[in-house]
Amino acid sequence: MATQVVMPKLSPTMEEGQLARWLKKEGDKVSVGEPIAEVDTDKATMEMQALGTGVLRKILIKEGETAPLGQLIAIIAEPDEDISALEAKAGSGQPAAENKEKIEQKAEAGGDGAEQELAQVERGGERTQETIKGAPLRGERGGAPDSQTQDRRPAQDSSEASGNGSSVSTGEARRLIVSPIAARMAADAGINLRTLTGSGPSGRIIKRDIEAAIQAGDQQPEKLARAAERPAYQQPEVEGASAYRDETMTQMRQTIARRLTTSLGPVPHFFLTTEIEMDQAAEMRRRINELDPQLKISINDIIIKVAAAALIQHPQVNASFQDKNVRYYESADIGVAVAIEDGLITPIVRAAERKTLSQIAGEVRELAERARSRKLRPEEYTGATFSISNLGMFGIDEFTAVINPPEAAILAVGAMTPKPVVRDGEIVVRQLMRVTMSCDHRVVDGATGARFLQTFKRILENPLYLIV
Amino acid sequence: MAVITMREALNQALREEMQRDETIFLMGEEVAEYQGAYKVTKGLLDEFGDKRVIDSPITELGFAGLGVGAAMVGLRPVIEFMTFNFSILATDQIINSAAKMRYMSGGQFKIPIVFRGPNGSAFQVSSQHSQALESWYAHFPGLKVVMPSTPADAKGLLKSAIRDDNPVIFMEQERMYGNKGEVPEDEDFIIPLGVADVKREGTDATIIARSLTVPLALKAAEELEKQGVSCEVIDPRTLRPLDIETIINSVKKTNRVVIAEESHPFCGIGAELSAEIAERAFDFLDAPVRRVSAADVPMPYAKNLEREAIPSVEKIVAAVKEVAYLD
Amino acid sequence: MSKQSTPSKSRAGAEERSSTSVMETATPEADTAELQEQHQEKKKEQKSKIDEKERDELLRLLYQMILIRRFEEKSAESYSLGKIGGFCHLYIGQEAVAVGAIAALRSDDYVLTSYRDHGHALAKGMSPDEIMAELYGKAGGCSAGKGGSMHLFDVNLNFLGGHAIVGGQIPLGTGIAFATKYKGTDQVTLCFFGEAAVNQGAFHESLNMAQLWKLPCIYICENNQYGMGTSLERAMSLSDVSQKSCAYDIAGEFVDGMDVLAVRDAVARAVERGRKNNLPTLLEVRTYRFMGHSMSDPGNYRTRAEIEKHQERDPIKLFTSSLMEKGILDDKVLGEIESRVREEVEHAVRFAEESPEPAPEELYTDVYTD
Repeated sequence: MATQVVMPKLSPTMEEGQLARWLKKEGDKVSVGEPIAEVDTDKATMEMQALGTGVLRKILIKEGETAPLGQLIAIIAEPDEDISALEAKAGSGQPAAENKEKIEQKAEAGGDGAEQELAQVERGGERTQETIKGAPLRGERGGAPDSQTQDRRPAQDSSEASGNGSSVSTGEARRLIVSPIAARMAADAGINLRTLTGSGPSGRIIKRDIEAAIQAGDQQPEKLARAAERPAYQQPEVEGASAYRDETMTQMRQTIARRLTTSLGPVPHFFLTTEIEMDQAAEMRRRINELDPQLKISINDIIIKVAAAALIQHPQVNASFQDKNVRYYESADIGVAVAIEDGLITPIVRAAERKTLSQIAGEVRELAERARSRKLRPEEYTGATFSISNLGMFGIDEFTAVINPPEAAILAVGAMTPKPVVRDGEIVVRQLMRVTMSCDHRVVDGATGARFLQTFKRILENPLYLIV
Repeated sequence: MAVITMREALNQALREEMQRDETIFLMGEEVAEYQGAYKVTKGLLDEFGDKRVIDSPITELGFAGLGVGAAMVGLRPVIEFMTFNFSILATDQIINSAAKMRYMSGGQFKIPIVFRGPNGSAFQVSSQHSQALESWYAHFPGLKVVMPSTPADAKGLLKSAIRDDNPVIFMEQERMYGNKGEVPEDEDFIIPLGVADVKREGTDATIIARSLTVPLALKAAEELEKQGVSCEVIDPRTLRPLDIETIINSVKKTNRVVIAEESHPFCGIGAELSAEIAERAFDFLDAPVRRVSAADVPMPYAKNLEREAIPSVEKIVAAVKEVAYLD
Repeated sequence: MSKQSTPSKSRAGAEERSSTSVMETATPEADTAELQEQHQEKKKEQKSKIDEKERDELLRLLYQMILIRRFEEKSAESYSLGKIGGFCHLYIGQEAVAVGAIAALRSDDYVLTSYRDHGHALAKGMSPDEIMAELYGKAGGCSAGKGGSMHLFDVNLNFLGGHAIVGGQIPLGTGIAFATKYKGTDQVTLCFFGEAAVNQGAFHESLNMAQLWKLPCIYICENNQYGMGTSLERAMSLSDVSQKSCAYDIAGEFVDGMDVLAVRDAVARAVERGRKNNLPTLLEVRTYRFMGHSMSDPGNYRTRAEIEKHQERDPIKLFTSSLMEKGILDDKVLGEIESRVREEVEHAVRFAEESPEPAPEELYTDVYTD
């Protein structure tokens, strides 16, 4: 009975062994238990004992060579025994492969130990189809994540942030805290949690708040019913774009849309202009940039931020015409018109209401640069909810811009110029800026637009509102 | 039904089962001639003789292992630990032998053994004699863990534990041996393991309590009733197997949970229940699950500190008010 | 109560036996023909004394020892091939202890031991197939693949396990002896452990209870002189294990563990003590393991010379030559035994290879009984 001497597993964590020294040479007699070689493992140099009695007929690896666990490294047999078959197997590398196959079969059964062994064989021996097949399994089990996973991660995070859980982030950047049962009851009763004030710790909306709302709702059945119909936000097709909800247009709204379109062209525009005192905004900008000249906040960055804040307060403007629906957007994705060599493109600052001024400034700068070198990706200029076009740097005082369908409005911003104005009965000089908003009349009515501009102006004239 | 103490109820259970089955023997320190350190085994030596009621040397690892060996070949030992504090010396045999013998032999053995004795705090017996060890034992698959809170439960559950073919850790409470209650006299009265008991029904909050904290929870519920809060008190009675259905159904009804326990909070049964509730009834919670556990310190000796270290009616009331968002 | 024999006496006896046989073959100047004649006569004399039954029994013991040796060699090979996982503690060198001791038992007596349990399981009559399949972690293993090398059990053969906490089986054995006495049977329990277990509290607690309550348990300490890599001298203040019996007023005896018949005789005396009088015994059986503690033992704590010295008293070699001298064994019979063993071991490997892995749902069975 020939005994195959294989690289033995001399420690639980051993993957391969280096043959330090043969203690017997070919032709030497050996008996069971007798040391035949010294092997360096990951832990120590250990004696390898013979597991069979006979003659050490063949040594298959030299001193100093490394062999993976299970590889045939010598053959012990009777002096006259035919070992050609074993030698042939060794030559073809078959024994190690056989052992590996066996270990892999264990791996398929899913044992951790087997996986470890698989890793050992894989690292020690040649890579085969099977071993590669096994690799992702280990990756998923907490090894280094593959690049694909890493790439996906930020996207997952942002979708989680805008997702609709028991705590929902809002336009006002207020985190809604709600107990699980309250969230569940509100969903069942069709109650908009944003309309409620929580009575629990940190304003947590709890069961009794919903019960109170339901009771109050019984007295105002219509309001509750409407709330119940309001559909949830849906995920957009453009990656990273704002979630939206489609609300069916009333008959009247549909008629207005149809009639206005037929009379005034595909998108029925109307225009609202206002003059804004920019001294405080300019002062704020100066002081921010003084804090850190690297920031390089522009007036336009402030305008973007303020527009976003105003849009969240006036969701009717942060909307679009969708044939039978009006689509309202959850976040304010602001398109910023950038003049390029032979045209114009509007890269988008997504969810500008949630970004800081420095974030907006950095993003606009970076987007504009890439716009000029034509390196924008489609999702970076598709699907804004509102646009701003600023020709102030060209000395334009006032102009009207054309709406970028399907957005409902665009803001045309003129130059900031010092002008004499009357304040408290005295003539003083103020930095004034005129803005004109073009509105899609199918979605936005005059008063709606006016109220939006009012808010916009109020914040811009007193930017402290941004942090209130 | 007669009104008897928990001590008497346990004694009745032992006597009735020993009369029923000759393979049952009782072994432990002072169980025979002394009549039991807490008199649970009173009179049993006289009735059953020294072959079946055996005073052991103070050798917990030894007699726990002896019991497991005897159970392997068909006897039904009831091993008394004078208190579960001393069972710590025997954990090798309880955990490495009793809990695993069936599994590691591929199902060849039954280990019908009961390890019983008082668990938890007593009266000013300090750090080494006041430990509640149920989470230790409940951690291991292969063991069953039982903790009665009334004389009737004590009797019915101990009879079930003795008849069970698995190793059972049966944990009593020294402070409760004198508690009285109605106990059925019927010899076939048993309470199956793994069935929780709703000790009081309510709608606003669920208090999960066991052993010593059950009477505390019931008092707290009375107190809260006066303040308009209706509490449901659930006693799992068996920690392994755990009747999680009864608990979850109650949580779905009340939406608020307080767990009252005499053991330390860290990695305790309360932590396990909190996790189970979060996994199975998250959407039904109106407040985070709140635990009232022993202080996370060794038990002090001083009377006032000891009182502060263990759960009380006041602490349970305060916790329920917290989850019910009162004041 | 009085001891059956003192440790020193027994030890002297063991030395005498072995030195006699060396003397016989080492007298070159004696007249060869005369000696041979004497020898033949002696052999005839011995032969007539040994009846057929005893002859078969002795050959059975040799067969069992060789079976264990070859089984263990095969286990080692399978371990190195990665077919056996975890720990694998080999019994090579200690075969005379399990075989001799269990030979003194009745089949309904109980046996339990430590994690170095392959030899005892085979000696108790367990099938090599089921044991090998257990080492392979297969469904056909004696413990359904859930126990492994260290947890062999066969409830039907009263082989109550392989226990893997050093000394853990000693209280269990005590409890089994308690139960047999309680039930009024005359079974005895044979509880094996290594000398390192003697340092555990479980050993002392058990011996105290066994003598206190007069339990028929035979505590058999297989002193192979190393607790993993720590020699007896480095671990035990009083390294004469059999003397520990004094502390519990328990019968104690020292036995040469390389002599299978000496082991059998000593255990037979202990069995009688247990069966007739419900009395325990502590036996110290001096032996030696030729292989490492487990398969991952670097072996750097003892010298090759030391191992070789002990291998001169290889229990199989000793017993083989003694049987040949007595004329009970010849090369032909030995060859037959070897080939039968080889077939059985190869069959065991085939059985283990072919046995299916445990079904995944078996993970959750056998935790509790209904």
